[in-house]
Amino acid sequence: MLGIPDPGVWLAYVLCIVSVIICLVYGAVNWNKGDEPVYPEDMKWVKDESQSKEEL
Amino acid sequence: MENIFLLTVIVVVYLFAIASLGYYGYRKTKNALDYMVAGRKAHPVVMALSYGATFISTSAIVGFGGAAALFGMGLLWLTFLNIFVGIFIAFVVFGKRTRKIGHNLDVHTFPELLGRRFKSTFIQGFSGLIIFLFMPLYAAAVLIGAARFIEATFPNYINYNVAVLIYTLIICAYVLAGGLKGVMYTDALQGTIMFVGMTILLVFTYVRLGGVLVAHQALTAIADKVPAKLVAIGHLGWTQMPVPGSDLWWSLVSTIVMGVGIGVLAQPQLAVRFMTVKSSKEINRGVGVGGLFILAMTGVAFVVGALTNVYFLNNPAFGKISVAVAGGNIDKIIPAYINASMPTWFVYVFMLTLLSAAMSTSSSQFHTLGTAIGRDFIEKSLMAGKTFKYTVGVTRIGILIGVVVTVILGYHLPAGVIAVATAIFFGLCASAFLPSYTGALFWKGMTRAGAVASMAVGFLGTAFWLLFVHEKEAAAIGLCKFIFNKTTLTGQPWTVVDPIVVVLPVSFLTAILVSLFTKKLPKDHLEMCFRHMGAEKNK
Repeated sequence: MLGIPDPGVWLAYVLCIVSVIICLVYGAVNWNKGDEPVYPEDMKWVKDESQSKEEL
Repeated sequence: MENIFLLTVIVVVYLFAIASLGYYGYRKTKNALDYMVAGRKAHPVVMALSYGATFISTSAIVGFGGAAALFGMGLLWLTFLNIFVGIFIAFVVFGKRTRKIGHNLDVHTFPELLGRRFKSTFIQGFSGLIIFLFMPLYAAAVLIGAARFIEATFPNYINYNVAVLIYTLIICAYVLAGGLKGVMYTDALQGTIMFVGMTILLVFTYVRLGGVLVAHQALTAIADKVPAKLVAIGHLGWTQMPVPGSDLWWSLVSTIVMGVGIGVLAQPQLAVRFMTVKSSKEINRGVGVGGLFILAMTGVAFVVGALTNVYFLNNPAFGKISVAVAGGNIDKIIPAYINASMPTWFVYVFMLTLLSAAMSTSSSQFHTLGTAIGRDFIEKSLMAGKTFKYTVGVTRIGILIGVVVTVILGYHLPAGVIAVATAIFFGLCASAFLPSYTGALFWKGMTRAGAVASMAVGFLGTAFWLLFVHEKEAAAIGLCKFIFNKTTLTGQPWTVVDPIVVVLPVSFLTAILVSLFTKKLPKDHLEMCFRHMGAEKNK
């Protein structure tokens, strides 16, 4: 298959492409899912992160 | 090959684009709080490319691409793990919870995440120390990859030692300037150019060799050119896996594929990236782009890496397989191939993007290394969290020491070391951190003692294995020979089995068993850690 005689190698070649397809499908199906409210913890994290970066 | 005028034009255009995007990103994200409140969207493509640019560097393209020229296309198993584990599992399974727990505990570094989650300053300090001590190995791998490319592009002007110095100066200036502001956008530009560049490289290589099928067949047909030394340790050709159980098979499967493929989950500088996104939605959206990006990076590098053998062998100017062309140093194969086969303008553009991809990885490595010693080890562990006004200073000194050690390693590590150095660091991170990191995110029953025990077993087990069992490192370091008067303590096959195969399962088992019999963490602490979990809107 694909000019590669060893199934142990062409399987890897094919699985690379299959796993990208899985990633693309997952990304597309869940495109609008996972929105979250902004909690006070999120705000504090962002504030502390930018402060520690500024200090450095 | 050198064309200084063309190089100058490309550098100026490139720097202008980077500076413009840096300024644009800086203006957009100047007030990070505004960004959160207003809910402005960091485009998922930008986030995913930025993650990818931190993940992928000269180590992956130059080092592992060169390894593919030696091992063959079997290295594509690593690409599969890079995509499936390094993107899909990392984003979907680990990323969302890392972000949530990271925000709940207000943590900003990977050791801090483990330390606060298990209420242990020891864990934070110990992880910080491991990162500080061993990150330079990975940083050196990136540095060597960059220097090899510079060396190959300007053979008449720059030798390897000067190239190391040039890259070090660039990275020092970059880190001292505090990194580029709005770095996500510049990372995304670099990611885009890398994507286009690697795609051109793949298409060009396949077209030059007569198409996908013909190129693969040609690679299969030259199996008889594999050097006898490699055949003796299990090499069957570049389109075949090595003989199962042979030395080469264990090196490929356990060190290269498993070490790096699994180790990516516990990479300190990557885990913290998930905390910077606004919600799980950005992570969901980033999965597709991330997967495609990694395919274009390591997938292309490994396919092209293997195919360089056909190119060099069939080209009368060389007439040898890749590793022979590179004088035995596999780190030189990809730079040599690109310089020999691609137009000059492409070589320069590719070098700049490769260098900037290396820079985004290097700067995150040095940042992680500095905070690991300043914030995690000294402030939180040695000073037991007391107010310590020198944290920033210590962090800066830590970065400086990290850079110096990295450069020393860059000069003194043996030839062809990029893939191995990267794999050792990734494998160490997996064995030392992955069980406690996984437990931190998914198992409320995991105890502080369980986390400490698994980290100790993971770290000490890996160190023991590398010093006394795994032949390559044990022989190079020589401690086993010094104490026991023999190179390693065991015989085949253990001398070629990577520590991750043995130590990671033991480390996981230790985490589970110790946690089952030791004191659980307080309920209110666990509630705080897992607060707001599952609050995502799924429509």
